[in-house]
Amino acid sequence: MRLVANELDGERGGETIFSGVSFVLTAGEGLLVTGANGSGKSTLLRIVAGLLPAAGGAVTLEGGEPDWPDVMAASHYLGHQNALKPALSVTENLAAWRDYLGEPHVPIPEALEMVGLDEIGHLPLGYLSTGQKRRIAIARLLVSYRPVWLLDEPTAGLDRASETQFAALMAAHLEDGGMILAATHLPLGLDWTHELRMGA
Amino acid sequence: MLALYIRDVRLGIRSGGGALVGVLFFLAVVAVIPFGVGPDLNLLARIGPAILWIGALLASLLGLDRLFQADRDDGSLDILIMAGERRMLALAVFVKCLAHWTASVLPLVVAAPMLGLFMNMEPIGIGAATLTLLFGTPAIAFIGAAGAAVAVSLPRGGLLVSVLVLPLVIPVLIFGVSASYGAVTEPDPFLPPFLLMLAMTLFFAVLGPVAAAAALRWSAD
Repeated sequence: MRLVANELDGERGGETIFSGVSFVLTAGEGLLVTGANGSGKSTLLRIVAGLLPAAGGAVTLEGGEPDWPDVMAASHYLGHQNALKPALSVTENLAAWRDYLGEPHVPIPEALEMVGLDEIGHLPLGYLSTGQKRRIAIARLLVSYRPVWLLDEPTAGLDRASETQFAALMAAHLEDGGMILAATHLPLGLDWTHELRMGA
Repeated sequence: MLALYIRDVRLGIRSGGGALVGVLFFLAVVAVIPFGVGPDLNLLARIGPAILWIGALLASLLGLDRLFQADRDDGSLDILIMAGERRMLALAVFVKCLAHWTASVLPLVVAAPMLGLFMNMEPIGIGAATLTLLFGTPAIAFIGAAGAAVAVSLPRGGLLVSVLVLPLVIPVLIFGVSASYGAVTEPDPFLPPFLLMLAMTLFFAVLGPVAAAAALRWSAD
């Protein structure tokens, strides 16, 4: 499976933020997107996810048929918000996403253990701290399977130990033949195969 | 899809969902009418079905603007849209409408018979009004979804949603009320307006989610 971005142009409010961004990712490869604030990291990720139309160029997923017809269907997107409901318990949140997204992968108790929060599954999400919520959002990537992870500042709010833990999860995903596109300021201790510097 | 339905119903019923607010508003509207109109029992009985319908209509518009906005604020909408690529987004919207109806509008239908007593309506009239509400109010949720999707990115979209939606729900209101009247007053028929209302509910059950899904897809930023 290959993720190909060809001459992407990004635009926000009529203003071009970046143009001519191309990259190719094959199974097991990670792309680290770095750059200053406002250089278009988030815009690039949202365009790849299909949530924003590209001003030019195209993103395609090759060889994903029949399970993963296009990038949007094959991707997990972890944005700035966690997409979790404070009124539901941790387990209810994860179970709802697992059943809705399909392709169940890691059972919920194990996923919680992998992010180091195996004892709070019954708590309403609203009681958790910022970093704990982020770790639950990361657990969502595990409970249903997608080959491509699109991560926008995934470690925002995480402590050092959780960052290390998350780096191990990403490494395991890459080893599993997945692909990762992450926008972040920190290298996250992972052996990135590619790096894309925005605004350079 | 069932997971989405259960999640939304739970959210609607739990704290901050505002399902009970609608019932309270409905109660307030209907309870105030006899004071305003005066103690003319015949008049109350005559306007009863219309008041029930208008009250239920306004109460069901209350929580409508949060239908997609809550999901947008916490980022869930992005994921719903992305997963919508695999299985139609319109279907997800349809399920969300059903969940919204179950959590916030169904309690209104349940409360309607009691409020009908306030309006001195006959038992058969109460039954007819409740029946029309049961099958007519889903249309409001489906039309409302399209309005809510258009206004999803506006921070104070509540009133705008109501204004967008009201003209479209007026036909439902007309046939719903005339069916309720038809059940009690001769020679007005009950069945033709009731069936027309059902047809409208079915029509909007298809059109509303499709329109809302299209609006949501283009609202992403």
